[in-house]
Amino acid sequence: MTQSTTLGFVMLCHTALHRAAEVARHWAERGCPVVIHVDARVKAWSYDTMKAELADLGNVRFSERFACEWGTWGIVAATQAASEVMLADFPAVRHVYLASGSCMPLRPVRDLITYLDARPRTDFIESVTTEEVGWTIGGLNMERFTLRFPFSWRTQRWLFDTYVNLQRRVGFRRKIPKDVVPHLGSQWWCLTRQTLSAILQGPDRKLYDDYFRRVWIPDESYFQTLVRLVSSNVESRSLTLSKFDFQGKPHIFYDDHLQLLRRSDCFVARKIWPHANKLYRTFLTDDAAQQAGGEPNPGKIDRLFAKAVERRVKGRPGLYMQSRFPNVDFENGLTAAPYSVFHGFSEVFENFEMWLSKTTGSRVHGHLFAPDRVEFAGGEAVYNGALSDSPKLRDYNPRSFLTNLIWATRGERQCFQFGPTDSQALNEFMAKDSNAQISVISGAWALPLWRSNRNFGEIRREAARLQKVESETLSVLRQVSTKARVRIWTLAEFVESPMEPLQTIVDEISPRSLRRLTEAPKMTDLTGFGQFLQNLRNQGMQPVLMGDFPAGDDPRPASASRGRPYLVK
Amino acid sequence: MKRRELTSLANRTGAIRGDSILLCATLRNEKIRLPYFLRYYRDLGVNHFLIVDNGSTDGSREYLLAQPDVSLWSVEGSYKASRFGMDWITYLQRRYCHGHWTLTVDVDEFLIYPFCETRPLRALTDWLDTSGIRSFSAMILDMYPKGPLDAQPYAEGQDPFEIAQWFDAANYSVKRNLGLGNLWVQGGPRGRMFFADEPERAPALNKVPLVKWDRSYAYVSSTHMLLPRGLNLVYDEWGGEKASGCLLHAKFLDTFAVKAEEEMKRRQHYADSHEYRAYREGLKNQPDLWCKWSEKYINWRQLEILGLMSKGNWA
Repeated sequence: MTQSTTLGFVMLCHTALHRAAEVARHWAERGCPVVIHVDARVKAWSYDTMKAELADLGNVRFSERFACEWGTWGIVAATQAASEVMLADFPAVRHVYLASGSCMPLRPVRDLITYLDARPRTDFIESVTTEEVGWTIGGLNMERFTLRFPFSWRTQRWLFDTYVNLQRRVGFRRKIPKDVVPHLGSQWWCLTRQTLSAILQGPDRKLYDDYFRRVWIPDESYFQTLVRLVSSNVESRSLTLSKFDFQGKPHIFYDDHLQLLRRSDCFVARKIWPHANKLYRTFLTDDAAQQAGGEPNPGKIDRLFAKAVERRVKGRPGLYMQSRFPNVDFENGLTAAPYSVFHGFSEVFENFEMWLSKTTGSRVHGHLFAPDRVEFAGGEAVYNGALSDSPKLRDYNPRSFLTNLIWATRGERQCFQFGPTDSQALNEFMAKDSNAQISVISGAWALPLWRSNRNFGEIRREAARLQKVESETLSVLRQVSTKARVRIWTLAEFVESPMEPLQTIVDEISPRSLRRLTEAPKMTDLTGFGQFLQNLRNQGMQPVLMGDFPAGDDPRPASASRGRPYLVK
Repeated sequence: MKRRELTSLANRTGAIRGDSILLCATLRNEKIRLPYFLRYYRDLGVNHFLIVDNGSTDGSREYLLAQPDVSLWSVEGSYKASRFGMDWITYLQRRYCHGHWTLTVDVDEFLIYPFCETRPLRALTDWLDTSGIRSFSAMILDMYPKGPLDAQPYAEGQDPFEIAQWFDAANYSVKRNLGLGNLWVQGGPRGRMFFADEPERAPALNKVPLVKWDRSYAYVSSTHMLLPRGLNLVYDEWGGEKASGCLLHAKFLDTFAVKAEEEMKRRQHYADSHEYRAYREGLKNQPDLWCKWSEKYINWRQLEILGLMSKGNWA
């Protein structure tokens, strides 16, 4: 046997004992004494097998067994018992490292010993006051120390919660022992002999044990609290890389994390998946060629796991799929990206779509919700994401149609035309969508009617219908709950001075290319339109949404030169 | 009752261990697909296959009998009257799958899950176990070749996705089925090519193929939904994403036209084989499912980025 070192490991094991034995052997063969605690709930033959596997090692001990149910005192009792064996049997040990059976050393144990030798009086234990703790399960911080918890959180959740609430209501409070300031932190620590023995052999041990026996999850608070009473040199962090997910369960490492773990420069990591053969093979052999690491740097791993939790909790806005289907108002964004909806513009301008596409560099579709066909840009039959131009497919699930389109074209802004002749199914949805920029020239739907070759009676009925539809659309857009960026002009207002609204819209679509519009789209000739509206009135229909067009006094078609100057900084 | 229709041809279930991962499938005349199918799932880490043969005459039966990790039953009963094979499968699941992670798939469905290139299926099931998750969603992703379906014949043992490399990236309708709480996913190339005029009849693409089986569970309609209802809650309702996978569907190969014709004649499929009738109509004009917006399959990460599946909080 090699000479005993100043570092000893206490291992708490309950599953995959063959892997725990491999790790114990790794440390023991490199001179570090190991005391193993095996959960009392593990069957005798597994325990005996593990003992036999390690029988040839003189510096491995097995300690008295306790049942270690999650969140209960058993884990602390097991740690105490194993630590006592360590202190008694291996007098050379100066630092005791608490590890689990699913931990794995990432750097040669020599590195860790050198690191600790340079800090012989330092206790590495995460120990944070209850106010500063960000991570808690079940929303309990200080109450862990002041309430009673006779029921299991995992198997008797209802009783657990009910009893907690009852105690809150009646104002029950346990008394915290004098001098004790509750601290919380990771279960995995590395303490000096002085500190550990002061905790385990202190005069008030029985008092503290009796108190913590009924604290909830004492393995995260017993040593973390008591260390503050006996140590003056606490470095509040764990040397073990161990990350928890949003349910408070430890993240697990697999073979494909190899490079990430290597570069983390951490000494020990948990939890390792027992079948991660490559990790065990790699890290349990001394690799002389391994670069000398410095301070542990788990930043990359932190970010990876933080991202995973975010994906689970917040998800990707605008994505609706098999495992993400948010309830109303829990979408974190109804669609994936900003888009623009134009009511009436392609009726007022002759070449609006082409002009807009050229000016803003965005994708400009026709009427995506037209009744006879989805008018994709360029008249395509199938569009991005393999969306079909079939109106039946679109109308079967219009919300999926729009969210799919916006999702599939992330990175390219989508613009489309809309009006009262289109399917109105998504009005509420778009109004609620903060990604929607909706610009309306109300009453513009009358222009195609005016130019059409239909009988006037028919035109009058159609005008009445479209006016009704558009009024409803406008009242949806004007709701208080509207989150879309909505701008509404009457036709009369708009043709009076079209450049300013256009400039505003274009600036919003491509804010980085702030420049004055030089080329305006060509406005359609409105000569005679006022008379047309008057004819409608004469026939008993009341066109209101167009604004004020006096009969006979035709508005002059606005040209680019006539547009009001738009000042740009 | 359905048990009496099942005849055991090879019962090797004694080889199932406490932690074995099982796979259940029903098939008929799929010999050409079997070698690759078995290899694919053995490589993922399936330990035992429970297969019901519904009257194969192409040598499927003999082939399966020779496989040491396959238990085989034959049925002569009606596929339709047995809820499209689910009654037979339910019986086997109740009998052999209790307490096991069980994958229920067709022989043309290939499971893709997050990290499947580097982590065996057991890594996923262990993670699901520790996370307290009982069922795992994997929607059907219809894969298709470029050009007519019969242009590139499929050879036995071949990876079908060497031919059917393409898929629709964002052409899926998602609705909630209030009754059983599951989502109803439809669309894809089948939606746009065969069901554009009656989208409501397009086949469901949502599936929950991987379940930690309990004898009280049962699939309700194919593997689209289960009882009890809680098993269908494979999606997050509060904005987050749960982990999910995809079943790459190798239906659209040169074998498809023959199969569609045969299934039409047998009239053993759902809703009077309406689906197959639509295929037969659609296939008359030698369709090309491929379009310029089709996406070429690379790996699971691509499907994750496209939002067809999710890592959830598995990292």
